[in-house]
Amino acid sequence: MKKMQLSYKYINLMITVVLFFALFAAGSVLYNGFFSTQVLLNMLIDNAFLIITAIGMTFVLIIGGIDISVGSVIALVCMLSAYLLEIQHLSAIIVIPLMLLMGFLFGLVQGSFIHFFTIQPFIVTLAGMFLARGLCYVISIDTIMITNPFYQFVATYRIPLPFGNFISISVIIALVLVLAALYLSNYTKFGRAVYAIGGNAQSAMLMGLPVGRTKVLVYGLSGFCSALSGVVFSFYMLSGYGLHAMGLEMDAIASAVIGGTPLTGGVGFVTGTLFGVLIQGVIQTLIMFQGTLSSWWTKIAVAFLLCLFIVLQRIVVFRKERTKSIS
Amino acid sequence: MDDAYFLLKAKGICKAFPGVKALNNVEFELKPGEIHCLMGENGAGKSTLIKVLTGVDPLDAGDIFLDGKAIAPKSPHHAQQLGISTVYQEVNLCANLSVAENIFIGREPLRFGSIDWKEMNRRSQELLAKLSLGIDVTQPLERYSVAIQQMVAIARALDISAKVLILDEPTSSLDAQEVEKLFGLMRKLKKQGLGIIFVTHFIEQVYAVSDKITILRNGELVGSYETVNLPRVQLIAKMIGKAFDGFESSCKTLKLDILQESRNNFLRVRGLGHKGSIHPFDLDISKGEVLGLVGLLGSGRTEVARTIFGIDKADSGEIAIEGQTVTIQNPADAIQHGLAYCSENRKTEGIIENLSVRENIILALQAKVGWMKYIPKKRQDEISKKYIELLNIKTAGPEQLIKNLSGGNQQKVILARWLLTEPKLLILDEPTRGIDVGAKVEIQKLILSLAETGMSVVFISSELDESVRCSSRMAVLRDRVKIAEISGDEMEEKYIMQTIAGV
Repeated sequence: MKKMQLSYKYINLMITVVLFFALFAAGSVLYNGFFSTQVLLNMLIDNAFLIITAIGMTFVLIIGGIDISVGSVIALVCMLSAYLLEIQHLSAIIVIPLMLLMGFLFGLVQGSFIHFFTIQPFIVTLAGMFLARGLCYVISIDTIMITNPFYQFVATYRIPLPFGNFISISVIIALVLVLAALYLSNYTKFGRAVYAIGGNAQSAMLMGLPVGRTKVLVYGLSGFCSALSGVVFSFYMLSGYGLHAMGLEMDAIASAVIGGTPLTGGVGFVTGTLFGVLIQGVIQTLIMFQGTLSSWWTKIAVAFLLCLFIVLQRIVVFRKERTKSIS
Repeated sequence: MDDAYFLLKAKGICKAFPGVKALNNVEFELKPGEIHCLMGENGAGKSTLIKVLTGVDPLDAGDIFLDGKAIAPKSPHHAQQLGISTVYQEVNLCANLSVAENIFIGREPLRFGSIDWKEMNRRSQELLAKLSLGIDVTQPLERYSVAIQQMVAIARALDISAKVLILDEPTSSLDAQEVEKLFGLMRKLKKQGLGIIFVTHFIEQVYAVSDKITILRNGELVGSYETVNLPRVQLIAKMIGKAFDGFESSCKTLKLDILQESRNNFLRVRGLGHKGSIHPFDLDISKGEVLGLVGLLGSGRTEVARTIFGIDKADSGEIAIEGQTVTIQNPADAIQHGLAYCSENRKTEGIIENLSVRENIILALQAKVGWMKYIPKKRQDEISKKYIELLNIKTAGPEQLIKNLSGGNQQKVILARWLLTEPKLLILDEPTRGIDVGAKVEIQKLILSLAETGMSVVFISSELDESVRCSSRMAVLRDRVKIAEISGDEMEEKYIMQTIAGV
């Protein structure tokens, strides 16, 4: 009985995991060469930056906010890195920490606006989105290619795994971040405060939790994640361009929602978000193997998935309310 | 010496909010091992006093002493650290987190810098066992009833501090059994030497559990009394602010005329109830009758009105209008059946501040004829002018914005709005609250003259003399139950107060 009840909260997460494996199995049956570890690993390689962004987004969603500036921050990080590396000839060892710091500060400023002036996060991060995207074009209207040897090395280096498989350094970064986020959300005071504030900010305040500090830090974390994602993205693209990562914020939100994090706050799973990204990866791969469909079909599939999951969330809530009124 | 020792002492507390003096020179003293009731009607300053004591709001003047030392709580968190914990009326916990987390969040046991879930769950289990509550602490709080959530909130408060526990209307959502359980707990804590401040609207509970009563009225201290030395009637009188004796009966002439009218039953209510807000009740209202609903605030007066009008959908009982059983699912149904309801929250539910007097008057009529149908401007003008004159609304003209009118005149505009729909039954919830004496009398006169034309009126007021003056019959409510009907000679204040108090 208790086990059954427990599953309510995790129902979306479970469906996502099951669906991921089902889709992977379907691909394996339909297409030759689909069933291999490398195909699976490629999903991680191609989506490492999305995983990183979506992790930051998950925290923002749990606290009941939203951050739509992340895509633009990624573009700005790519652009600025390219500029500093190629035109100012700075070392990568300086540029990367600088970018991470910038992302963190960018997030903190947004968080401060949201908290201290009680402005809706959507509006503040919308402004942040325009600002970051606009700054890209201040640096350059054209693409700046990155030829820095360190970046070239990271971009092309394949970490060998048994049986001839490999992953990229970006995947390692993403997976380490996933583990760190898991720890942060489950085993630290900060993480639990995020859940508490998302559940009921007024109560959290009355229980003596540092609501303001936590809120601002969550946006800082999201800014940091998007900067890290920007660094990884620049490894992946080896260029800075103002149109990089257009609409990526929406992909990140979609991944979190598919992974069982509703927009209402208080609930959310880092693992879910990882699978939320991977499910989009598996759909991409399926469409690639199919061969005739355009890659935009991924978006249509994601649209259906989102719709499915939102309806599911409502059903879960309805059922919960019904059991409550009975008992 | 022992008598003079106070655990918590507040002296000369003053607190003003823009436009209101919420607390004026209030004193409060709490001894260890004492359950101290804080009484007063809504707006008397109870909540403000608690907010000041717990650091939610800063105080303007005065001193707070805990254990003889002056303290100045800066936030609820700070107050907790000092030893004052509060359990609020609304359970202020995070329902999405587990029971254990709700008890320990913000001060979780750590092991190597990370949260030690095992330890936290074990200690929560122990803590709740002390309150004889054996629930699974790993489950999210939302899975449990409000009563259990309330207990968890108390467990949290106790574990943080053990000097002063403030319970702000903790019983409003509990049933009788749960209340008994809570009282058992309170007595147990009292024995341990804790000082408990208990705020409630329920008179029965005050006498069941408290040692001392402090009464506030309009932000001023009325006095502190030993519970055993304060009869219920006295308590009520002190809360309402009316002395018992020497109250001359007000003029009843106009009312008596109405009483002699023939008794055609208009509304007949049987067993109507709404779970959690009002127990099933019976009510009959005749044509041309003014029925007063009396009782303390929170006794269920407004809830009766809301249930009849379909704002709270009744879950039992039936309503018959002029002998026909009707179903009222929502206010629109009620309006169709000739009912009208003026809510007590004039500001939030009644007027639309930025519209003109004319527009505010037309609203209900527009709702009745349908939103798509246009009412010609000329007719709107005629109507509003007619009612401005009829009700003697003091305004520069129909186009003046309603927010610029005085409270009494705003109330008249709302009345006009409902009269325009030609209701057969008009429910007035605190129509005279917050308006000056002159305007009050005018509205009372208006009510009586409406009744003369055959309209039935349900009149809700906190002011007894006003109810006595206006109503031809009264229904008395206590603790969300209709307990009596009073008519004729019994309708004088002393008897009504006794009925409300239940002696």
